Amino acid sequence: MPIPLIYNIRSVRQRWTSGIVAVLGIAGAVGVFVAMLSMARGFKATFVASGSPGNAIALRAGAASEMISIISLDQVQAIQNAPGVARGPEGPLVSPEVVVIAAFPLKKTGTDANVQIRGTSPRVLEVRENVKVVKGRMFNTGLNELIAGRNVAGTYAGLDLGSTVKFGGGTWTVVGVFDAGGSAFDSELWCDALVLNQVYKRPQNIFQAVTVHLTSPDAFTAFKDALTSDPRLSVEAERERTYYEKNSQALTTMIRVLGTLVAFVMGIGAVFGALNTMYSAVSERTREIATMRALGFGGGSVVASFVFESLFIAGLGGVLGCAAALPVNGLTTGTINFQTFSHLAFAFKITPDLLAVGVGFALLMGLIGGVPPALRAVRRPVAAALREM
Amino acid sequence: MKYLALVLANLRRKKVRTTLTIGSFAAALFLFGLLIAVRGAFNQGVEVAGADRLIVINRVSLMQPLPIAYRDQILQVPGVKAVTFATWFGGVYQDERNFFPQMVIDPGAWREMYPEYLVSDAEWSDFMKDRQACIVGEATVKRFGWKIGDRIPIRGTYIPGVWQFNLRGIYRGARRDDDTTQFWLRRDYLEENGPAYWKGLVGWYVVKVANPDAAPQVVAAIDGRFANSPWETKTETEKAFAASFVKQVGNIEFLILTIGAVVFFTLLLVTGNTMAIAVRERTGELAVLKTVGFGDVLILWLVLGESLVLALVGGTLGVLTAKAVAPRLSGFMYGAPVYLPASDLAFGVVLALVAGALAGALPALSAMRLKVVDALRRV
Repeated sequence: MPIPLIYNIRSVRQRWTSGIVAVLGIAGAVGVFVAMLSMARGFKATFVASGSPGNAIALRAGAASEMISIISLDQVQAIQNAPGVARGPEGPLVSPEVVVIAAFPLKKTGTDANVQIRGTSPRVLEVRENVKVVKGRMFNTGLNELIAGRNVAGTYAGLDLGSTVKFGGGTWTVVGVFDAGGSAFDSELWCDALVLNQVYKRPQNIFQAVTVHLTSPDAFTAFKDALTSDPRLSVEAERERTYYEKNSQALTTMIRVLGTLVAFVMGIGAVFGALNTMYSAVSERTREIATMRALGFGGGSVVASFVFESLFIAGLGGVLGCAAALPVNGLTTGTINFQTFSHLAFAFKITPDLLAVGVGFALLMGLIGGVPPALRAVRRPVAAALREM
Repeated sequence: MKYLALVLANLRRKKVRTTLTIGSFAAALFLFGLLIAVRGAFNQGVEVAGADRLIVINRVSLMQPLPIAYRDQILQVPGVKAVTFATWFGGVYQDERNFFPQMVIDPGAWREMYPEYLVSDAEWSDFMKDRQACIVGEATVKRFGWKIGDRIPIRGTYIPGVWQFNLRGIYRGARRDDDTTQFWLRRDYLEENGPAYWKGLVGWYVVKVANPDAAPQVVAAIDGRFANSPWETKTETEKAFAASFVKQVGNIEFLILTIGAVVFFTLLLVTGNTMAIAVRERTGELAVLKTVGFGDVLILWLVLGESLVLALVGGTLGVLTAKAVAPRLSGFMYGAPVYLPASDLAFGVVLALVAGALAGALPALSAMRLKVVDALRRV
């Protein structure tokens, strides 16, 4: 016959001081775990959001990122005539792009950080449908005008709407702010690719990457095959989403490994705390347990009862830890992305499944911390335990 | 000291509990040690930066080059003792994950500029004889198991093609924190065989100043000289240059401090709880001790002593494990040296003792205030 669960809940309440300690220990480990994973997740989400499912990106064969790719004008022309490329009223929807980085002072620390500056086609907003100009206007072709991602003005000094900045041997005006839906573009400055090439004294007919809007996401295979089979082109095509996911991998893995390591060690500490609490619970209740067994509760139900008590404590800790981590959701922070050497803002992202993982981690700790003491509880012979003071 | 035996005997009574509490201390201090070591690895570039060295980069960004003609112009600036330069090669060895910095260097002034990088004269002269030669830091050599004479293929990313280099020398760091992950190759080789757009350009200049105190004037003089030119410069001390990189990675300090605080707080609770349970269980005994003449203060110390012994043993165990494990994280940090210095080791143990004292304080006080009559009446 199982022991009523209310017995355990009442006993936890009875010994609340040592219960709280175990709860807080587990909550600490879970909180750190959830917060670190939410950081990795937010970083990855920022990158994945940069790619639209209906877009593809073409780079020089072998180049892992835009920074180190080169695409010439005749290659661009061949790419825009490839099958699968969507066409607007003014021609194919492609954006040959140039990427450079320039240093601007961070508002928070005053030290310089690298901002990615992307020279695009004037039709880029048709190619990247997830990007909208929300304040001001789009840059004009042929002018030294910039539009800034929505995170830029808040992160760097001197890049507000309407301000002028000097870099790369030119003076630029910020004429608009765009919203790219929380993606990596929100940390970038955009301008006309041809103007950027000119100001940076680069050859006019050299670009770094070409972003293509496809007629449909399924058209990608045809597009990719056309590029790879064309002997004139040594370019590779990738879905935009895959490209950005790959670029975020190194840092995401690093944060996740670090977070798991920290949580694991903290978890060990928390399990020790839980074990201590449960062992002392068992030893304080030696006579109680013996009495229950004398009344006819089987060994199995005593074990189940103590494991439940431990899981109850751990579950409380897990919920508390998740609750403590929740306020970081949406918090923006920034880091350098070593793939592009540029600074990138991203938000912590806590999702329901992450919370479930956190509570699961807590319950695991509860299980490890509960089983050995529960087994000890039933191992004492009833007669000996009853005789004990 | 004569009571130490009593304290130890008390700890031996509940072996499981003692082990577990020591374990919590060890886990917490292990984590502390690792975090400190990782933080040190991030900051090592700042720590070892030469006070008499300046870095001159293109004002626009580090990725933009500067003309080679600037070398002679910088040399003319008053207060400048020596100038050298380097360019980021940015190649890949076998796989993207095998990252290490490859720098195209100017062999002429390099050794004089970086006396902390030790290369034997024989190896250096081998390097000077072979245009395809490279010299690599010992950390990277060890990481890939290379030896002198090996041919190392590096796939260019900024420049096309696979480039072969002959390992002619291995450099060591004069200090433990010196970066020994770099891969140096000769500029003349690339100048001849590299693409046209590389010719006549360098990545950055390194300037040695005669007097470090006069560095601000030299910085202003160099940047002033190239102001309003198509290639404006930004000059910084090597320390500031390294620090700006660390700052861009994010607020590591804050992250580590937050985690550390959570861990410390949790540790306090766990140990405090253990000591409270111990005192509660032994109320009767403590009363007997008082009855036979143990003073209140002595009782306080007996309880506190227990908690301090737990802290000392667990803390020491934790930091020593961290010290042993930390170097393994090096691969994870792109080969930067990760280690725990002795001062932080001691700091960790002190921190553990503080936690032990705080955690033991309340139970010890309650043991001290125990009234013999009440305690003996309680079962």
